[in-house]
Amino acid sequence: MKILVPLKRVADPDNANKVKVNGGKLETTGLEWKPNPFDEYAVETALRLTENGTNTKARQGEVVVVTIGPKDAETTLRAALATGADRAIRVDAGDEQVDGDLVARILKAVVDKEQPDLVLLGKQAVDGDSNQVPQLLAEYLGWPQATFAATLKSEADKALVVGREVDGGTLSIRVTLPAVVSVDLRIVAPKSVTSVHTPATHNYPDGVRFAALMAIMAAKKKPLAELKLADLVSDPALKIQYTGFELPPARKAGVKVKTVAELVEKLKNEAKAL
Amino acid sequence: MSKILIVAEMSDGKVRKSTHSSITFARSANLPFSILVIGAGAAAAAGEVTGYGAEKVLVADDASLAGQVCETFAPTIAQVAKTGFDIVAITASSFGKDVAPRVAAKLGAGYAPDISGVLSDGGKLTYKRPVYAGNAYATCQLLTATQVVSVRQSEFVAAEPSGGASAIEPVQIAPADPAAARVEFIGLDAQKSARPDLGEARVIVSGGRALKEKFAEVLDPLANLLNAAVGASRAACDAGYAPPELQVGQTGRVVAPKLYFAIGISGAIQHLAGMKGSKTIVAINKDPDAPIFQVADYGLVADLFTTVPELISELKKAT
Ligand SMILES: Cc1cc2nc3c(=O)[nH]c(=O)nc-3n(C[C@H](O)[C@H](O)[C@H](O)COP(=O)(O)OP(=O)(O)OC[C@H]3O[C@@H](n4cnc5c(N)ncnc54)[C@H](O)[C@@H]3O)c2cc1C
Ligand SMILES: Nc1ncnc2c1ncn2[C@@H]1O[C@H](COP(=O)(O)O)[C@@H](O)[C@H]1O
Repeated sequence: MKILVPLKRVADPDNANKVKVNGGKLETTGLEWKPNPFDEYAVETALRLTENGTNTKARQGEVVVVTIGPKDAETTLRAALATGADRAIRVDAGDEQVDGDLVARILKAVVDKEQPDLVLLGKQAVDGDSNQVPQLLAEYLGWPQATFAATLKSEADKALVVGREVDGGTLSIRVTLPAVVSVDLRIVAPKSVTSVHTPATHNYPDGVRFAALMAIMAAKKKPLAELKLADLVSDPALKIQYTGFELPPARKAGVKVKTVAELVEKLKNEAKAL
Repeated sequence: MSKILIVAEMSDGKVRKSTHSSITFARSANLPFSILVIGAGAAAAAGEVTGYGAEKVLVADDASLAGQVCETFAPTIAQVAKTGFDIVAITASSFGKDVAPRVAAKLGAGYAPDISGVLSDGGKLTYKRPVYAGNAYATCQLLTATQVVSVRQSEFVAAEPSGGASAIEPVQIAPADPAAARVEFIGLDAQKSARPDLGEARVIVSGGRALKEKFAEVLDPLANLLNAAVGASRAACDAGYAPPELQVGQTGRVVAPKLYFAIGISGAIQHLAGMKGSKTIVAINKDPDAPIFQVADYGLVADLFTTVPELISELKKAT
């Protein structure tokens, strides 16, 4: 199976409460770039689908990672290469030059070139929290989509049974490849991904794999191609314009109560919440 | 003047209450709207939304729409949108988030996801939406004539009926996407619960990793007493103490009840993103430095396993 995994880097999500707004502009200065966590999960998922879990060195297929971003976004690609992806593509674009719609149209062009069986993405980039690129891409390709995947079972690399996390529970669908899948948090649990290449008894460690130092060195030699936006999309117009930012109103400081009785008294008489 | 098409979500043969948030959006935008009730059994449910001031209640009812497969819904939604609507609005539930971008792409429309506010300025709409886990709010405009938005349920209070009786009109079902032939609906594994939905509950009792295997044993009696919904942190869901659909947070359900209990939850940024809008927040945690206390109106530094039973008996006394 050939899998394409689009990746984005985001300003450190664990410090998102440090974003500032200055003159209506959003500032993330001082926040380190981190891979979008959901994209790390997508890479892990792609690796699990293309290997025998008991011998993760050999790839049964190909994992190609792609980002649309400036030069320094290559760090994110190299990190994915170090964990096992085979090659990388960067479509050169400034962060302000694209919106979700244009990213999806660029990705469509990359898919047309690469012809993967599966595009695996994160369900959302945790900077803009948009949750849109996978669905837009699926429509532009005319492919089936399976969003918010918490479990994936590959059937002979031809179809996937996907357990989707939805408001009411878990919704299961079978999609025939090629397809677009976006992954949710629990896709990296030990038994979430079942592939034909791995014995059913195998348990993965919880979470994503880390790259060994050797692999990080080796990743520097893996192929990383650069593509030009203009070669992929003839009309790079944006469909959304951000006109300003503001910080949310701060919650007023609360109090610590000493006893349960005091808590109930305050909930009843002060907050009138009961 | 622009017209809004609201897409109503159905579940168990009824219009989901989440739909009422999109009606509030339309009223805030001060634009005329129609409601499309779409799904198998929609005809029987359409009457539920005729009293909200919609110009029309449109019905797309077909056996092919059982199972909520996006590739079967999107074509009909887009086809109806093309009959004179400028804005398509759908509540940002998992259903809405799945289908809205697909509809936008079909219409060549710009998409504003998960909006928390709308401002109308001389006919041009400006949308407000949370970014960075709700640590900033962005204002944005869509640059396309046709627009699609998904509406954040917790920020648009469910609309109340306004009287009148909108006319019900069936619409034509569009042919499914060719991609639909490659999707097979297998089933929805839903835990039936007598409790209110997280998006609608007046009170939510949420638990974290600290509850371990005792999650339900400790929290259910409190939730039952308060007629509350039960929520959970990611860590509690990941560990299997609580089912995944209970997760509250940036990447789970976003809630804003009157009263929110965070019990044995540390208060990570991603969790706060989903509950900071609650009216009153109570935190019970044995660590006095837990970040949850920074957003809590009332904090109690204590062991939850002794505190929660005590709370139940005090509440019984007080009510
Ligand atoms: C991409 C991504 C998305 C995420 N999305 C979400 C999300 O949507 N929602 C979410 O919740 N998290 C989310 N997270 C996870 C988040 O970062 C935290 O890891 C998680 O919220 C922690 O859960 P917790 O508070 O239950 O566990 P912990 O952080 O382990 O906290 C447990 C707390 O219980 C307290 N405690 C322990 N024993 C007791 C006791 N006996 N009595 C009282 N208190 C006790 C401890 O002091 C501690 O504060 C996400 C993370 C990532 C990377
Ligand atoms: N600039 C980008 N480059 C590559 N992939 C992206 C980019 N932006 C978003 N994506 C992918 O789309 C997913 C959803 O992003 P979003 O729709 O922006 O929340 C992410 O998890 C990535 O997999």
